[in-house]
Amino acid sequence: MTTTNPGQALADLPLLPRDNDGPVFSEAWQANAFAIVVELIESHTISRDEWALSLSTTLKDAEARGEVNTGERYYDHWLTALEALIIDKKLADTEDLIAEGQSIRDHDHHRREGQLHHDHDHS
Amino acid sequence: MADDKISRREFINKSSAAAGTVAVGAVAGSAHAHDAADYAQSDYSVRTKALISVLSKKGLVNQASMDAVVDFYENKVGPHIGARVIARSWVDADYRERLLADARAVAREDDLTGVQGTDLIAVENSSAVHNLVVCTLCSCYPWPLLGLPPAWYKDTAYRAQSVIDPRGVLQKFGLTLDDDVEVRVWDSTAEVRYLVIPERPAGTDGLSIDELAALVTRDSMIGAERLQSNA
Repeated sequence: MTTTNPGQALADLPLLPRDNDGPVFSEAWQANAFAIVVELIESHTISRDEWALSLSTTLKDAEARGEVNTGERYYDHWLTALEALIIDKKLADTEDLIAEGQSIRDHDHHRREGQLHHDHDHS
Repeated sequence: MADDKISRREFINKSSAAAGTVAVGAVAGSAHAHDAADYAQSDYSVRTKALISVLSKKGLVNQASMDAVVDFYENKVGPHIGARVIARSWVDADYRERLLADARAVAREDDLTGVQGTDLIAVENSSAVHNLVVCTLCSCYPWPLLGLPPAWYKDTAYRAQSVIDPRGVLQKFGLTLDDDVEVRVWDSTAEVRYLVIPERPAGTDGLSIDELAALVTRDSMIGAERLQSNA
């Protein structure tokens, strides 16, 4: 068990859903999206300031669209801000992300189509 | 930005449009239809996976060190949280009643993290009724109470078969139910998660809440297992 909080550098971001021990997540993907940002900042691929700017821009966009920000959709915006920053910094192409997402969906769809005809061991 | 083939906003629009193309097998016998919010919910997961995949290929993120971050937070949630809730429901009739009436409110009172934004419904097993939880669309799960879902919960075969042939699925888990036991399957969504209250094993009178909690397994709180008496 680690003694230092790996996300400490991000723990004081405004609105971050958190308890006394740090950030909280209600879905596994949220923890992963959080972890990507932690990793990119720790490797100095992006700076903390860049991240804070991208996130606040996305949150302001959401507000401008009339979304009342209660924090419940915090990680939806987190993910959108992360995609946007990665594209802005040309760390990945938009097309690559869309294609990869589509490939993951197709794969899931394919498995779903085939599932009724296959027996799986659940153990 | 200007030379980007697709702008930020276009990307966001494209992403959400693609979300609408997510195929949802209309599974016969599903307790209820998933609504648009579920597509969106599953799409966040896909988008996150796509990011990890693309960034990993470029060596910008490392799955192992990301897992370490996730693990760190996962220790704050996990089946031990749900197990305590179950154990208390066995010894405290008032608590159990409130849990069955409004599990989300109880989780909030107990100061459980991460329960904001989703409803939580507790369903109780008895000698006459066995409850089984699934998410036919993706892997919606009472994460704050049970931690990360087991691999089989995310398996497409489990997701489809549990609503078509729950008894057969339970048999694969090693649980054969008598014909007179009613099986209820609960299909989770982005908004509603289910927690099964397993039957208290016989021979556990006089055990403390901690001792009882140690008997409660993750799978029993999904309904994939019946607790055995240790006595």
